[in-house]
Amino acid sequence: MNVTILNTPSVARLQSLLALALMVVGLGLMTDTFLTSDNGWNILRQISVNLCLSVGMTLIIISGGIDLSVGAVLALSGAVAAGLLKQGIALPFLGVHLDFTITGAIVSAIAVGAAAGACNGLAITRLQLPPFVATLAMLSIARGLTLLWTGGFPITGLGPSFGFIGTGAWLGIPMPVWEVLVIVMLAALVCKRTAFGRHLYAVGGSERAALLAGVRVERVKLIVYVVGGVLSGVAGLLVTARLDSAQPNAGLGYELDSIAAVVIGGTSLSGGRGSIVGTVIGCLIIGVLNNGLFLLDVSPFWQQVIKGLVIIVAVALDRFGAPKGRAG
Amino acid sequence: MTSTAATSHVLEARNISKSFPGVRALQDVSLRLSAGKLVALVGENGAGKSTLMSVLAGVQPPDRGEILLDGTVISFRHPSEARRGGIATIFQELGLSANLTVAENIFLGEEATTRWGTLDYAAMHRHTRSLLARMQLDIPADAPLHSLRVGQQQVVEIARALSANARVIIMDEPTSALSQGEIESLLRMIKELKAAGVAIVYITHKFEELADLADEVAIMRDGRMITQASYESLTHEQIVSLMVGRTPTATHARRVRRSTKEPVLCVKQAYLPHPSRPGDYLVRNVDLHLCRGEVLGIFGLMGAGRTELLETIFGMHARRARLDLAIDGREARFASPAEAVDAGLAFAPEDRKRDGLVLDMSTQQNATLACLGAMKRWGLIHPALETECARTLLQRIHWRGSSLREPVRNLSGGNQQKVILAKWLATRPKVLLLDEPTRGIDINARNEIYALIEELVAGGLSIVMVSSELPEIMALSDRIMVMCQGANAGEFAADTATAEAIMTAALPNSTRSRA
Repeated sequence: MNVTILNTPSVARLQSLLALALMVVGLGLMTDTFLTSDNGWNILRQISVNLCLSVGMTLIIISGGIDLSVGAVLALSGAVAAGLLKQGIALPFLGVHLDFTITGAIVSAIAVGAAAGACNGLAITRLQLPPFVATLAMLSIARGLTLLWTGGFPITGLGPSFGFIGTGAWLGIPMPVWEVLVIVMLAALVCKRTAFGRHLYAVGGSERAALLAGVRVERVKLIVYVVGGVLSGVAGLLVTARLDSAQPNAGLGYELDSIAAVVIGGTSLSGGRGSIVGTVIGCLIIGVLNNGLFLLDVSPFWQQVIKGLVIIVAVALDRFGAPKGRAG
Repeated sequence: MTSTAATSHVLEARNISKSFPGVRALQDVSLRLSAGKLVALVGENGAGKSTLMSVLAGVQPPDRGEILLDGTVISFRHPSEARRGGIATIFQELGLSANLTVAENIFLGEEATTRWGTLDYAAMHRHTRSLLARMQLDIPADAPLHSLRVGQQQVVEIARALSANARVIIMDEPTSALSQGEIESLLRMIKELKAAGVAIVYITHKFEELADLADEVAIMRDGRMITQASYESLTHEQIVSLMVGRTPTATHARRVRRSTKEPVLCVKQAYLPHPSRPGDYLVRNVDLHLCRGEVLGIFGLMGAGRTELLETIFGMHARRARLDLAIDGREARFASPAEAVDAGLAFAPEDRKRDGLVLDMSTQQNATLACLGAMKRWGLIHPALETECARTLLQRIHWRGSSLREPVRNLSGGNQQKVILAKWLATRPKVLLLDEPTRGIDINARNEIYALIEELVAGGLSIVMVSSELPEIMALSDRIMVMCQGANAGEFAADTATAEAIMTAALPNSTRSRA
């Protein structure tokens, strides 16, 4: 496989892989419990939600944008799925009460995510809002809608069949890992082998150059935010299914973990550079770090401090290895 | 002049040279400024006026040569040092902060403080009011700058120069954004400054402003100072002919064209309103037609609206612009550049690094950016097909780089331009819009680009080429259209046009001739 993706030197990729390997070896030596298969699956299951969000975040950041609403949209789609599954929805003006199958609930959750993403995309392309502002507003709106929908209470007891997508396993591998694996492979393919993927890099690298080359910049941006929304919806399903409950404040602060993973993975916040593989490594580093510090019995307060330091070190290393932009 | 002792000059630049990668911007340039005298600095675009100005203002250090202030050699490490030395510069783009007040702008970087270390607004406002009164500008000292008209802002900029007790003021086309009334009051103010003993460098293309203003005229061409002489000693015609120089022996021999009379592009009544100045137009009522296999050259000075015209045709200003457009005789309307590309247009922009290329991408990825659809198999980009396609395209434009995977950022200007042309060959355009095709490109690569243009035209491509370089435009074009202040200022057949006639048409408010 060609490790050089869009001029990101393979050195930078190697650096983060090396850091991950060092962490794994170090934690393996320091604890008896880290290097066990149970713990390995545990880590993968834990990072699956962040990875799902981070894949969408990577695409958006490559295009030169940002999405702060992923955590809130995750909560909203999870709550919608849970609510529809549990109680269905009454449509008084039609005098009917719709009940939802599991498939129906899943489709609804994804539709909610897509709609939120479309709103982000339209605000950014049509209203010309900066992505930071548009998605910050969506964060607030989606969180508020979640609270309205749930009345502020968790929706619990969704049944084992629905729970399977978050807690089940197939061929000994947890379902969330399968699901996220498919998403990662699709996204990597989109990045490397589709015109849309190439256009993402072009728009993020130089929006004007892309526009002048005949790229439909607004369409590319709209689509990438919809994709981001859909992946937030999927993440919402994963969280809800695993907990067998939709919490109104699920996903709180997840946007920050997601951006951290993307950035640790070597994707440039200024757009135009980055990769899905890098983001997978970034998520693994955060996951291993959280897990390892927990096993080492480090206080959760310190865990946050250490995570912050890791972000600084990772990105500084990446800067060091990245090609320097030349002025003018 | 020679009898005057050097010390009588307030500011003197001696044998200044300055190079940028690939370009020698200034060669052995000297300029002498005396108290109370105004030197008009004239020259074509790219003659080196702005570079000379930024060297004098301490923005860029010269590679060689020295600057003397009151007869003493000095070197500025920072613009603020030049400012403290009494040299104030008024750039074409305003160098002020829109959200600060008039007084805050005038004192920016030199704020008056009380003994407690806080800003002394009382003193600043008092000083500002007296300055504004001196310049007969009736605005409050605490008005935010963005609430002023552009002309008033320009005056504030001059007030800032006065406040620093400037003895030398350099102005780069100060009237380009002003209304007639504002120009008059600016010119009056300049006379007062001269009377007060300030030495002034005045860069302009508008000769009629110089009449009772200029004492001397300094003419630059190709990075050299051609002459600095007293204003009376030269007529406007002589100045123009010194600006363009003798037509250099064309390095490029024009080939016989087989241009047909089939119209391929027809533009009627193109208008592009100014984005922030209502009632003002960047492109004003321009008509243009182009036949198959023809090169139409568009000449004009900086700000003549040439780039904006190309952008308007290419659908970049769809929300603001008005125009009637026909391609191959069929009416067309582009809501975006993507639609223009679909209709057979291509655009190679002036600022290649910013607008023409995605610098983070490789040569191959830039070359195939406009034709990704053609390289798909099962909906996915096929790597082998892409490489093959890029190689074919780059061969057609005689690209000589080391590797298709080389980041396009690392290529020379000439090779970058070739990559852009390769990108457009892939879409099989009918019309290519070329904006300054050889800017920043060295002489050899230039000739290659010229040869390439001939080759493309021979292959039936039609080209609209904007250029600031007269020899280039005269060598390559079949017809030449001159733009001035957004409008069509004359059209010439290439074989009958002279450099003087074209330059005269390009200068604002001068007698225009049509051929």
